[in-house]
Amino acid sequence: MEVKISVKNLEAYYGKNKVLKNVSLDIPKNKVLAVIGPSGCGKSTFLRCLNRMHEVVGGTITGSIMLDGEDLTKGDPVLLRKRLGMVFQKPNPFPTMSIFNNVAAGLKLNGVRSKKILTPVVEKCLKQAALWDEVKDNLDDSGANISGGQQQRLCIARTLAVDPEVILMDEPASALDPISTTKIEDLIFELKKNYTIVIVTHNMQQAARVSDYTAFFYLGELIEFDTTTKIFTSPAKKQTEDYVRGRFG
Amino acid sequence: MSVFLLVLLMGYEMYLGSKPSIEKFGWGFLTSSTWDPVQEIFGALPVIYGTVVSSLLALIITLPLSIGVAIFLAETAPPWLEKPLSFLVELLAGIPSVVYGLWGIFVLVPFLRDTVEPYLSDKFGNLPFFTGAPYGFGLLAAVLILSIMVLPIIASISRDVLRSVPQSQREAALALGATKWQATKIVLKDAMPGIFGATMLGLGRAIGETMAVTMVIGNRALISPSLFDPSYTMASVIANEFTEATSQLYLSSLIELALVLFVITIIINGLARLLVWSMERRWKAS
Amino acid sequence: MTPSKFYTVRKKVTNAVMMSLTFVATLIAIIPLVFIFYYTISKGITYLNLDFFIQMPKPVGESGGGMANAIVGTLILIGLGGTIGIPVGIMTGTYLSEFGNNKFASVVRFLTDVLSGIPSIVVGVVAYTLIVVPMKKFSALAGGVALGILMIPTITRTTEEMIKLVPHSIREAGLALGIPKWKTTIRIVLRTAWKGIATGILLGLSRAAGETAPLLFTALGNRFWSTKIMEPMASLTVYIYDYAKAPFEDWNQQAWTAALVLILLISILSLTFRIITRSKYKTN
Repeated sequence: MEVKISVKNLEAYYGKNKVLKNVSLDIPKNKVLAVIGPSGCGKSTFLRCLNRMHEVVGGTITGSIMLDGEDLTKGDPVLLRKRLGMVFQKPNPFPTMSIFNNVAAGLKLNGVRSKKILTPVVEKCLKQAALWDEVKDNLDDSGANISGGQQQRLCIARTLAVDPEVILMDEPASALDPISTTKIEDLIFELKKNYTIVIVTHNMQQAARVSDYTAFFYLGELIEFDTTTKIFTSPAKKQTEDYVRGRFG
Repeated sequence: MSVFLLVLLMGYEMYLGSKPSIEKFGWGFLTSSTWDPVQEIFGALPVIYGTVVSSLLALIITLPLSIGVAIFLAETAPPWLEKPLSFLVELLAGIPSVVYGLWGIFVLVPFLRDTVEPYLSDKFGNLPFFTGAPYGFGLLAAVLILSIMVLPIIASISRDVLRSVPQSQREAALALGATKWQATKIVLKDAMPGIFGATMLGLGRAIGETMAVTMVIGNRALISPSLFDPSYTMASVIANEFTEATSQLYLSSLIELALVLFVITIIINGLARLLVWSMERRWKAS
Repeated sequence: MTPSKFYTVRKKVTNAVMMSLTFVATLIAIIPLVFIFYYTISKGITYLNLDFFIQMPKPVGESGGGMANAIVGTLILIGLGGTIGIPVGIMTGTYLSEFGNNKFASVVRFLTDVLSGIPSIVVGVVAYTLIVVPMKKFSALAGGVALGILMIPTITRTTEEMIKLVPHSIREAGLALGIPKWKTTIRIVLRTAWKGIATGILLGLSRAAGETAPLLFTALGNRFWSTKIMEPMASLTVYIYDYAKAPFEDWNQQAWTAALVLILLISILSLTFRIITRSKYKTN
């Protein structure tokens, strides 16, 4: 497998609280990696470290994270975050912007203003996010006036518009109904052709359905990392087996 | 329910008190520009002019500063700095207005008279705003004092409004590669109705502010474009002349001014509260 | 779609400039505070001695003297205000939080907020027409009524917020024992929230202590010692106003001292407020 991101000896802290302990992991390119584990195991923190969103909530890290051989932990987070897009647990479209402007937001933030450039990108991304047919007639409506599932796909389209290399998803379907969840999962399946995807989820079936590889975290440690098939059929560690069989968490 | 009756009672009492003046002057009270207690002619236009101009100018000065403070406290400042600074801003709001006035008379007015106003009339004396003798006491002093007094109100309410915008909005922007300022601009847009409400509350405060203004504005019912000239506001006329009002008509004119002030501030505050409320409710719903 | 280098630099510079501007704005906002405190302390301290607290004001031309009557007057006036404002505020606040899920209550809540924005001089005019006119003389009572009205919004809102913090289980415990709702509210809920309500009262009192405008033509002012509530009464704030306008340097000096004493008084009240709230949060 080709490695996209290589994490070495990653430790993360909130204040004096150590939330990630010595995590080392290679994230494969153009595959879906599912990160699973019980609440508070550090899986969301791990995801946030990858595009340095942990800094926004006051976290610090040690260790190294290499993206295509370049150290992410150094340099400007603003530039970095364009390369690693993020989709959040609760859909968070900008309510003061139209659907069109929500998708265009990332480009506008980087100084692209011409409608000529924006219009095709917005259309392409909305199509990629399987939302185009539902919203193409009311692109000027507020981004907050559509259903929760549509909002989440809008957020995905917004992320795609910046043209990232990696998409980080933090339990993207946990606030949605089953039908919307299916749509998001289908979407993930489509997207992995072009993007490297890391998805945090506490839904084991979802991890099994959408991912190629799975990492199991427990109490801030990476317990096991392997192909999804292996993790769900014959895990090497007892803790992993207990968790995927639903014995705790 | 007592509050309900209280507000009604206040309005009714003032209406009774101002009846003689309402009957004598009618609507002309608000549009006539002569305020002459000796001849018993009472027109409120100059006072209304003074109130509106001093409040609006103060708002123009204080608004950018207040929003800057609110952004700094809500978005930029690290917690160890934010707490003491918030405390200081609240302290600013807690100083009694008569102390502002005292400071105005003995510190601000001499400073304006000896330094600022001569400089302004020297450099920009051909503009109508900076003509006349630099007394110190006058519209400029009132505007500056008001802008200091209104700042903590707008700043602290705007700070709370900014904080009520969910963190996920900031994260969404940052994750797209926004700088802190770009993310803040998006949050500001979300918070606009609330900040507008905060501004209206500040305006209401400026219009009704009495002591500090009375002590520095010069107290003459005059419509003049110059910031150096003395002026008068509704509240300061009442404060200054109420105990001297010898005739029934004089007194009732002052009470009518209070009634006008009452109605104006109720409207402004009502609108402002509705805006702040609708803002808070919007985020609670989503 | 990589953005131009130029724009990346530009947006970083804008970020740095705007973020530092917000800091500068905060500094500018603090400057007047520093100045006001500096002058009040440095000018006020000259006359700050025991005499100021126990002596009466001296006639023009005689130096020395104090403002014993004004200090006591301010305390009596806020006490009077409190006897009106506290019960009304607590009752309204209790009503809003315990029975306040209807249209009428939202109207009351709204009016309370609006009331807090009505200029204090207007409240003074109301107290004048309400009390001074029928009694045909200025009195401390009229001043107390004005201050009381001004306290109502603060106390109402704090009471409402504090009662809302009382866990629902405590209410249910009372109701489950067969105690009627009004009794549960008074005996159990109010007692639990008492500390928080006290902070609201202190806040209301300290604001009232700083009010001048509503006293100008109600309590008026008094050069002599008086504790009768039907007579005019002196207060620190009105003294500051009169002495600041007076053409005598000695009086001007005393105005600064009065301002210092007033600020100290208010600080003591709001410091107590802060200490109470802090210990409140710790226990939670």
